[in-house]
Order: sequence, then structure tokens, then C-alpha cells
Amino acid sequence: MVLSRHPRAAVALTAALALTLTACGGGGSGGGSTPGVTDTEVLIGSTLPLTGNAAPGYSEQGPAAKAMFDYINANGGINGRKITLKYVDDGYNPANTVTLTKQLVLEDKVFAVVGALGTPTHTKVVDFLNSSRVPDLFVASGCTCWDQPGKNPYTYGWQPDYTVEGKILGDYVAKNFAGKKVAYFYQDDDFGADGMKGLDKFIDQSLVVSRQPYQPGNTDVAAQVSAIARSGAEVVVLEAIPAYTALFKLTALKLGYTPQLVASSVGADPVTVSGLLENFAKQSGASVKGTDLIEGLVSSAYLPAGSDTDNSWIQLFKKVHDTYIPNVPFDGNVVYAMSYAYTFAQVLQAAGKNLTRQGLLDALNKGGFTGPGLVPFRYGPDSHAGYTGGQISTIRGGQQVFSGTPLTTDDGDGPVTPYTTPQPAAPANGVPAA
Amino acid sequence: MTETQAPQGETRRPPLWLRSTLLRHGFWAVLGLAGFWLLSIALDPFANLQLAQIAYTAIAVAGLTVLSGLSGQISLGHGAFVAVGAYTSALLLENAGWSLAPVLIVATAGTAVVGALVGVAAARLRGPYLAGATLALAVGLPSLADYHGLRDLLGGANGLIVSPPVPPLSLGESFPLERWQSWICGICLVVVLFLLANLSRSRLGRDMRLVREDEDAAALSGVPVARTQILAFCVSAGCAGLAGGLFAIVNNLAAPGAFTLALSLSLLTAAVLGGLGSLAGAVYGAVIVTLLPTWSTDLAQQANLPRAVYANIPLVLYGLVLILVILAFPGGIQSGVRRIGRLLRRNRKI
Repeated sequence: MVLSRHPRAAVALTAALALTLTACGGGGSGGGSTPGVTDTEVLIGSTLPLTGNAAPGYSEQGPAAKAMFDYINANGGINGRKITLKYVDDGYNPANTVTLTKQLVLEDKVFAVVGALGTPTHTKVVDFLNSSRVPDLFVASGCTCWDQPGKNPYTYGWQPDYTVEGKILGDYVAKNFAGKKVAYFYQDDDFGADGMKGLDKFIDQSLVVSRQPYQPGNTDVAAQVSAIARSGAEVVVLEAIPAYTALFKLTALKLGYTPQLVASSVGADPVTVSGLLENFAKQSGASVKGTDLIEGLVSSAYLPAGSDTDNSWIQLFKKVHDTYIPNVPFDGNVVYAMSYAYTFAQVLQAAGKNLTRQGLLDALNKGGFTGPGLVPFRYGPDSHAGYTGGQISTIRGGQQVFSGTPLTTDDGDGPVTPYTTPQPAAPANGVPAA
Repeated sequence: MTETQAPQGETRRPPLWLRSTLLRHGFWAVLGLAGFWLLSIALDPFANLQLAQIAYTAIAVAGLTVLSGLSGQISLGHGAFVAVGAYTSALLLENAGWSLAPVLIVATAGTAVVGALVGVAAARLRGPYLAGATLALAVGLPSLADYHGLRDLLGGANGLIVSPPVPPLSLGESFPLERWQSWICGICLVVVLFLLANLSRSRLGRDMRLVREDEDAAALSGVPVARTQILAFCVSAGCAGLAGGLFAIVNNLAAPGAFTLALSLSLLTAAVLGGLGSLAGAVYGAVIVTLLPTWSTDLAQQANLPRAVYANIPLVLYGLVLILVILAFPGGIQSGVRRIGRLLRRNRKI
């Protein structure tokens, strides 16, 4: 066995080298400070699609949240610290989300992940973030799955979950379109399923004449739309993303079918949907005015409309928008991202000067956060659910017009109740009051 | 390796370990394992994650390079085989509760069987027709997860979550998970490269080369052409399946969004970049396609470019590297390495 001498020598050599290397590399882990936090800075990270199928609209959220933080930083920051947001492009590919989230946590050493976008993407990193004890705040998705304080103590939702929204829309349909035949057009995943769970709690099942799913990515929805048209539904509830709100409308137009449309807030932003309508129509050689086509669309909103220039929050966001990201359209995505950025600043403020991860969660669990939202949050030790409801809005002349009072509910069997506390005014400098 | 090449003019037989293919490959395998181990303990957890990703990508690319480089068939659909391996592993780990080693073996074998079925069709198709058929596979197979009857099993668009394998306690409580994952992938990579290197030196490997050069001539000299092509597909799909199994445990998921056409194409890109038919090239290619996106994104972000520009930088750089490598080394990086090696040897002689 003379021959094996070479490999053995090689192994011995590499082993010796390895020992030297580990000896050199082992020293750097001292210090008990919180990752991502210095006396002058808080570093946070986020993953969202900047490229690919899901990018239109959603890609604005990174720059918008960053702009809000830049504005707050320019006005002194929070507790003397500037907030730095590093957002990275996962292209809506969950494998990328995993790698990038690990990079943010292990390499960039972020203090928290804030506003990470997407259900199929973010569900794959919740275990990692929780076992690494990294606050995972304000996931940009209405999946009911973020609200599991026992299993995922570090993960918090932000927007109302799809079931809460479904209940509010279902309650509205049952009261305002009583006796009319209803159809559902839904995205064939948890988004659609959770939404319908809420709708079904209020809408009489004998009136639901058709349920048609669509697969994201497949842009031909003619079969589903004509099935709904044939069913004679007078009201169609869309649990769909903006592109499919537009596709449904255009396909229905071709069939001469014009039901009353009710849509989840996900797919009801007037700026986004009317832009898409015009784009799609242009692709097929037609010219339409997008805002005309969505006239009368009913939705539930939990943030003030971007067109409501009297609202102090919209004034603040518009100012931030014009200063930092004037080239991005001022739409629902921008309002959305600036709003969660504000909520994060508020929680950071409440966590105090001596910032730790546990301190942040304790502040969040104390609750009591208000801000751009029309309804309160449900944060507490036993709930990590975000906004608890919304207000019915109808699109008139291309703008959201609100009716009634904001409504709140839970994602169980609780009733839908009005919420009458008025919205606080926005601080002019964007910095939440201490 | 012939005796006439001996430097001093006298005949000198190379030592036995160089003459025996098995021993020579065994030596490189041991060296590779040691090198991998060394690298993994020197690197931080995130770099270990990337190391693991490089390793499973290299496994898939090595399989593809055997298929394209040795037997001359093309596949634009290897991402689909990776998906089969990933879903198989995810189901066996999460639902059936198997332990890791049998899961990876079954994922490999199962995907190899799927590959053989595709291979039967592939053996009848040539060039662009084969490319088209495998392309359809890459696009079609992942959407099976959205099929209504399989929704409950495969998790639909959201896919499946896989719990990562925990490092054994004997390694210490603070042993990083990522390092454990990279070890698993590294061992698999070395074993796969060892087996493929032997395969390429074997009779089957020789048959594959014959089939690649001229199918008619191969058939005339008694090489079973169709069987060789099917076997090549089977082996290469098996590699992709193993890569998929490792993908699932490293990224903790099996979801349709992860197995896009882009994955299939990046595997082929890696094979071409490294040098078709070369196993070392598969490793170089895997390193590039894994690290380039991260590096270019970091670079673009540091340069503070506008979002619309920086989101596209990785793709631009990708293309640029591909063009440069093809221009400089038409046979891939491995051919460049060989050329430099030859130059050095010639200089030493003078």
C-alpha cells in the first residue's frame, strides 16, 4: 500500500493548514452589542421583486420606504439614529429570497427585516429569521400565516389579512347587493382561498353562482370570465392582483358583460389598475381610458387615498415623494411603503434610546400605534396581526371615494364593527412623537 | 501518458497510482474533499451557504456536461429535473420523515428514471427538436404543482417548506447550520465527480464519445446508439435530481417559483462557460453562475445607480462575462486552464 501515501500526505497537509486558518479566524465574535445598531445608525433589510413578473408596482416599495427613512433621517432620525434600509431584488423567486435574507442577516448583520414582500417568497425564510431571533416586521402580504405569535414570535404582519378584508367586503355585498347573484374570480392560492373564507362568512351561499380561479402568469382568462358571465352573476368579487383586475375587466368588456365589481384592496389601486388597463388595451391595438373602465369599482381601503390631498398623511408622503423619488408614480404602492416605514419609525421611537431586538418587540407588543391607517393595529403579546379592517371605497372619476366609517373585524367569527376614532394628523417632519 | 513523452529521453514508467484510473481519481477525490473541508471551515456561515449552492449547482452542471459534452445531446430543461429531485426530497423528508441519506439516494434514482423516460424520447430527436422538447419540459413540469389534484400534496404556487438538516450535536452547539449544509453538498459533489470521471473513462464513456462524433459510424462499429443516449440522459438527470435534493435542504424549499426557465438556462450557461464535457469546467461554471449575481448586485448597489439601471446590472454582467469567456476561450474556462498549463510546461522544458 505504498500508493496511498500521497493522499494521506495531502490530507495531513490540508489538516494542518485548516487548523492554522481556524485559529486565525476564531477571534472576531466578541462584544455583546445588537447587530445592525450603532449610536448613529440602525441598519435594516428587505427583499422584494425589482425585476420579473411581480415587479410592476411592487418594485416601487423599496425606493418609497427608503425615501421615507431618508426624510426622517434628514429631520434628525429616531433617537439620534439614522435608519438605513438595504433592499434587494429577489425577482419573486423564493430561492433568491432565502439566499438574500441569509445575506442580509449573516453578512450585512441587519437589525431587522422590514417590509419583505410576497407570500410564496417570505414563507420560506420565516423559520430562519425566527431561529436567528431577527425581528421580521410588517411582511408585505395579507397571508393569515404571519399571525402566529407562539410559533413565530419574531414575525409580524402589517396590512389587514385577506380573510379580514374578505369579511368586510362580504358584509358590504350582503347588505348592499342583497339577493343579487354573486361570483368570485380568485387567484388560485392562499390569497384567493383566505379571501373567499372571509367572503363566505357573510354572503349567502345559495347566491354564489360561480367560483373561477386563475393562475398567475397565465394571461388568458377568457374561459373563466365567460363562465362567470354565463352564470348570470350581477356582482363579481375579485380576489386578484392588479393585472388580473384589469384582465378581468377587459375580457368582460369583449363579452359585453358589465357586472358590479368588488375587489380586494390588493388589486384595486386606481392608478395601478387604470395604467394596466391602458397598457393591455394598447397591446391589443385598442385605446381606452383606464379611469373610465374602473368607475364604480368597490373596494376596502385601510390607508387614505393617494388622491386625497386634504389628508395630512398624503401631504407628508407627497412631499417626501417629490423630494426623493419624483420619477416614481405616486400610487398606492408608494403610500403603502411610506406608511409601513412610518410605522417602523414609530416602533423604533417607542423602543427607546437603548435599542435591542427584544426591546423592539416589547414596544410592538405594547401596541397603541396609530398613523396613516384608517383602522387600528392588533399588535399585542397574543396577536401579530396588522391592520384590523378597512373602509369601503368606490372609485368615482378615477379616485377612491370613501363611504361610511372604517370597519374592523378579526379573521375568525367576530362581527364587523365600526371604528370611529378619528385619524391623527401627520407630523410635518415625518418623525413620530416620542 | 505514453512513455515517449518522458522528459530526459529515457523511458520512465509513471507510478502505478497514475496508471490506474481508479486510484488517480481516488486521489483527486480525497484531495477535493480535504480542500472543500478546508474552505468550509475558513469561511463564514454566509460564504458556506454560497459554497453549498456552488456544490449542488456543480453537481447539476456536471451531469449536464456529461450529456452535452460526452454524448452530444442538448437539454434546455435540466431545471425541471432539479425540481423533481427537490420535490421528491421535500416530500420524503417532511411527509414520510425519512433520514437524509436515503432521501438523497431516492431523489437521485427517481429523477434518473424520469430522465430515462425523457431520454427515450430524446434518442429519437435531434438538435433543435431536442432543444424544443426539453425547453417544454422546463416550462411545463414546474406548473404541475398548480394542478388541482396535486395541490394538497405539492403545495400549489406556495410550494413546500423543508426543515433544514440539523448538524449533529457532536460537532458542538454553535456549529453553523450553513457549514453542515455545505459539508453535505461538498461530499455529494466529490462523490458525483469521482463517479462521473470514472464513467467518462469507462466503456460507456467511450461509447458516448463515439455517438457524439458520428452516430452512423458508432452504430456500424457495434455501439448501441439509442441505449447510450438514453443512459446519458438517465445519468445526467440523476445528477440534476441529486442537485435538486440538496437544493431543497439548503434553501429549505421546493416551490415552482424557484425552478424557472432561467434556472435551466443558467445550468447550461455554467456548462458552456466552464467548458462542455469537462468536469473541472462544471465546477468553474457553477462558481461563476452562483457568485456573479451576488457580486454584481453588491457592486451596482455600492455605485448608487438608479434602480432601473441597477436591477438590470446582474444580467448585463452575466452576458458580458459569457461573451468575454467565449471570445477568449472558445472551449470554456477549462480549455484556457489547459492552454496555460501547456505553456508553462513548455517553458519549463527550455
